[in-house]
Amino acid sequence: MVSGRVILTDGAWGTELQALGLGPDELPDLWNLAHPERVEQVARAYVEAGSEIILTNTFRANRLGAGGRILPPALAEVNRAGVEISRRAAAGRARVFASIGPSGKLLIEGAVTEDELRAAFSEQAEALCAAGADGLLIETMSDLTEAAIAVAAAKATGLVVVATMVFDSGKNRDRTMMGVSPEQAAEALAAAGADVIGANCGNGIAAYVPICARLRAATGLPVWIKPNAGLPELEAGRVVYRTSPEEFARHVPELVRAGANYIGGCCGTNPAFIRAARAALERACA
Amino acid sequence: MADLNKLYQAILTGDQKTAVAVTEEALAEKIDPQVLINQAMIPAMTEAGNKFECEEYFVPELLLAARAMKASLALLRPLLAERGATPVGRVVIGTAKGDLHDIGKNLVASMLEGGGFEVHDLGADVPAEKFVAAVREKNPHLVCMSALLTVTMPAMRTTIQALQEAGVRQQVKVMVGGAPVTPDYAREIGADGYADNASSAVKKARELLAA
Repeated sequence: MVSGRVILTDGAWGTELQALGLGPDELPDLWNLAHPERVEQVARAYVEAGSEIILTNTFRANRLGAGGRILPPALAEVNRAGVEISRRAAAGRARVFASIGPSGKLLIEGAVTEDELRAAFSEQAEALCAAGADGLLIETMSDLTEAAIAVAAAKATGLVVVATMVFDSGKNRDRTMMGVSPEQAAEALAAAGADVIGANCGNGIAAYVPICARLRAATGLPVWIKPNAGLPELEAGRVVYRTSPEEFARHVPELVRAGANYIGGCCGTNPAFIRAARAALERACA
Repeated sequence: MADLNKLYQAILTGDQKTAVAVTEEALAEKIDPQVLINQAMIPAMTEAGNKFECEEYFVPELLLAARAMKASLALLRPLLAERGATPVGRVVIGTAKGDLHDIGKNLVASMLEGGGFEVHDLGADVPAEKFVAAVREKNPHLVCMSALLTVTMPAMRTTIQALQEAGVRQQVKVMVGGAPVTPDYAREIGADGYADNASSAVKKARELLAA
């Protein structure tokens, strides 16, 4: 059982970059080279809101995730720039955990091989490590084999590795799209070498309280929870997320009681959510 | 004597090896391929789809079933072609321009193939012009599009408009889907149908073509 202070991470990047003009056809990661100042603006806003760990704009920057739209050697450049931007924004006030997202291809479908996954994740993890990341975050995973391959590749760099999956499917919305339960994830991610395990995205923060408790019960490792602001809905052609920062913050103490050690937000959250979560954590610990 | 129930079970449980073995046995015994399809294969895929909708099956189970079905179907195809059998319908499918997420689209394509449709998969990040060209060339009954990102959803409207401008909108039905897509949105952009998962997509496709 891990005890001690809860560490606040950051909120969404993609939706924040869209607010700064990222177009629907653009790969967010490419902005690390095209508009580093705007990416840094997002990162800095999280540091100022009280994030103690911020991520990097590198979620899709591996050869598979980028769908061939960023090729080596530009891939290494995008990853390096992503870490540098976040480190500049952190300015020693926050640690930088570099984001690695899924390949977007299914092993079971034969759309990708285990060797291809290993190579793509290793390539990205090494680039992020060389650029000076403090840790690596494998996130938004739904397939356990792919997640374990990514964890092992990240672990080979010697950095701290966090691994999180998306639990949003099944009758009780407690499985990943591929049918993985929190208990199965806890066991396999730990076996693959993850130092911290958890859940991100999903169906909003309230749904992640019981998931957090189950992860806590299934592991002795620290637990990382980063829920979205609910599912996106369209309102008169505009995308809206229903959860408000205040509502999000109301559930933060519940996550703490359920055993979360790292708390932040996913899609639809922004610095206001992190500020509200910060205040809720201070009240909870006062 | 080839066991149709064994074929049904093999497909339902995604046991490709057994599915192929029973199909080969049935062909050696000159069983009508249409009987295999109608009495074992389609019912098995329908049941797999039901299990998926009740969330008893997840993506892997559904994909394995579709793969077993496709392997059996591949053995039957030459015979069906010989007899001049026509597919249930022809489909052109792809993800919206700007959207690289193709897992859902691939699943729908597999399920449609499993349901007896002829599927032409244009892949991911498909521009409107490419859909128009495919409609002209393949002469499909149905165009399927998906978007996983809210930001790529409007590209589906653009494609429907492009089909209209090219004068081919009337000759096809358009079905859309994807996590953030709703039935209201589908109507708003002028699609004929919406499906919220791979299994209901097959039902909806049949409905649209019957209409």
